[in-house]
Amino acid sequence: MSATALSSGRPRRISPARWGLYAFILITALYFLLPLYVMIVTSLKPMAEIRQGNLLALPASPSLAAWVKAWTSACTGLTCEGIRIGFFNSLRILVPSVVISILVGSLTGYALSLWRVRGANILFGAMMVVAFIPYQVFIYPLVRVFSFTGLGQSLATIVTIHTIFGLPTMTLLFRNYFTSLPVELFKAARIDGAGFYQIYARIMMPMATPMIVVAVILQTTGIWNDFILGLVFAGRDNLPMTVQLNNIVNSTQGERAYNVDMAATLLTALLPLVVYFGSGRWFVRGIAAGAVKG
Amino acid sequence: MQRSNVDITNLQIGFGGLKVLENLNLHVDASEFLVLLGPSGCGKSTLLNAIAGLIDVKGGEIRIGDRDVTWAEPKDRGIAMVFQSYALYPRMSVRKNLSFGLKVARTPQDEIDSRVGEAAKMLRLTELLDRRPSELSGGQRQRVAIGRALVRHAGVYLFDEPLSNLDAQLRAELRVEIKRLHARLGATMIYVTHDQIEALTLADRIAVMQGGVIQQLDTPKKIYREPANRFVASFVGSPAMNFIRGRIARDGGLAFIAGDARFDLNGYAFRTPPSDAPAVLGIRPEHIEVIGSDHPSAVPARVEMVEPMGADALIWCRLADGTAFSFRSDADAQARAGDTLALRFPAEAFSLFDDQSGQRL
Repeated sequence: MSATALSSGRPRRISPARWGLYAFILITALYFLLPLYVMIVTSLKPMAEIRQGNLLALPASPSLAAWVKAWTSACTGLTCEGIRIGFFNSLRILVPSVVISILVGSLTGYALSLWRVRGANILFGAMMVVAFIPYQVFIYPLVRVFSFTGLGQSLATIVTIHTIFGLPTMTLLFRNYFTSLPVELFKAARIDGAGFYQIYARIMMPMATPMIVVAVILQTTGIWNDFILGLVFAGRDNLPMTVQLNNIVNSTQGERAYNVDMAATLLTALLPLVVYFGSGRWFVRGIAAGAVKG
Repeated sequence: MQRSNVDITNLQIGFGGLKVLENLNLHVDASEFLVLLGPSGCGKSTLLNAIAGLIDVKGGEIRIGDRDVTWAEPKDRGIAMVFQSYALYPRMSVRKNLSFGLKVARTPQDEIDSRVGEAAKMLRLTELLDRRPSELSGGQRQRVAIGRALVRHAGVYLFDEPLSNLDAQLRAELRVEIKRLHARLGATMIYVTHDQIEALTLADRIAVMQGGVIQQLDTPKKIYREPANRFVASFVGSPAMNFIRGRIARDGGLAFIAGDARFDLNGYAFRTPPSDAPAVLGIRPEHIEVIGSDHPSAVPARVEMVEPMGADALIWCRLADGTAFSFRSDADAQARAGDTLALRFPAEAFSLFDDQSGQRL
């Protein structure tokens, strides 16, 4: 930004400051890409080759054997059916959690956007702060609550938990977007005879597409990467992929199968990566739209 | 089509401790075009929103078509409304924008189609029916917004500064279109604006508002010719009315004295018997004329600046006591800055106001 501001007209030569900038970007990129590179090449090597210790070398004969093993037959504790069990568990947790938290969050955000009282901004500031309180604080009370209600550990419990924890962020995201829309739109719809839910479903939500995309990305990555809530509330049959991954990596007996560990880790990271690469453009656009209008 | 009258009695509206409207009374006849005119913050939009049912009232009564609707939902009041920002539903086509209200009210599809077709034809929107609002120009968007009101076949149409977002040329075009629409439908219309030209051209009657109070409610002609107080006088008319401070004197014939200048008041229709008191004389720029300097009632003034306006010219002058004023003269006027002119101020065109209260005398 400052470089553009300083040089008037079209820059002819690249200044030293520019070289410094490029060098910084390059080093940063390498810093973050190197581990990924090591993981990928390691996952494609057989154990014999890994033992030689050439961490950065390309695999002599790339093989997907470790990936197949990680997916289908790696041991996650007592069972040895690979990480796919965790993948499908995570998916079963993810889909309802994302859908429900966005539905509830957008609805509360819509309701709060209509509630324009003095001190509202302080209240919403407080909500934002609440969203940053570490989850660990809530875990023990919530365990007690859920065991008291008899829900205990189950798929329904973990979905409820994710919905609750997603609510402050989702509500604020949608509230800020909806307050940025002209009030007259809401008035016009009222004169047209539409009620609270009709306006929400037929006018507000169709306009909120960029916000929905942002919400899906935030919730998907957040819920997919969650470890502790899944471990505590999902129950033994629904343990998410992150927990299964931990089991694979930490419960090996004898020689550590680095290639399988790497493959399993990459498999676990696959979905957030796909979401980021697939929707980066939308993500930036949605955030910017919210920022400019809100 | 049903045409409703509107009756507002003792309306009170406030937000928290702030009183916006207090004991406001207003009657609008069926088929009348009433304009609420005033500067921003005068309560005109608040009044319109109250009629629409979009804000709660604290007291009083609103009747539309002789039905008490003070607490009725907007959709049940038999009204339709057009907003300044168009407020079109951005994700719907023009057709869906027009039909949304009818769909919500579960109107039969053939009825919806015929009403939408009729409104589209009237507003020349037929070609645009399948476009999105974002693909329309400002003028087209506002025509769609008007169309969305028309399909409701309402008893009263409410307009909240509908032309304020448009550029000058479009505004003039759409103004004519709205006037034509009123003539054709004969519908009751209440129209809020801060633009006095819109008010004068469109209205059957104008309610000039300030500080939540209706200052004057009358025909455009009366509002322009006989403003009830100084606020109305200064707010309506462009170029603005001239004001000259002075006093009324009854010695040697009724006259208005400002410094050395003496304005004959013979022919001015006083509302209250005149008394010797400080007052303000108002006169519109088009009523002052140049006459021969030997004329007995001639008032001398020095020309300061000439503003050519195309069809005519506005000539800015100062009286001997330094009071600045302007008058309209034909475009070929020979006056130059520095000249001294003899002017006639006809008493029939005066508006005299009390110096303290600002009320018309």
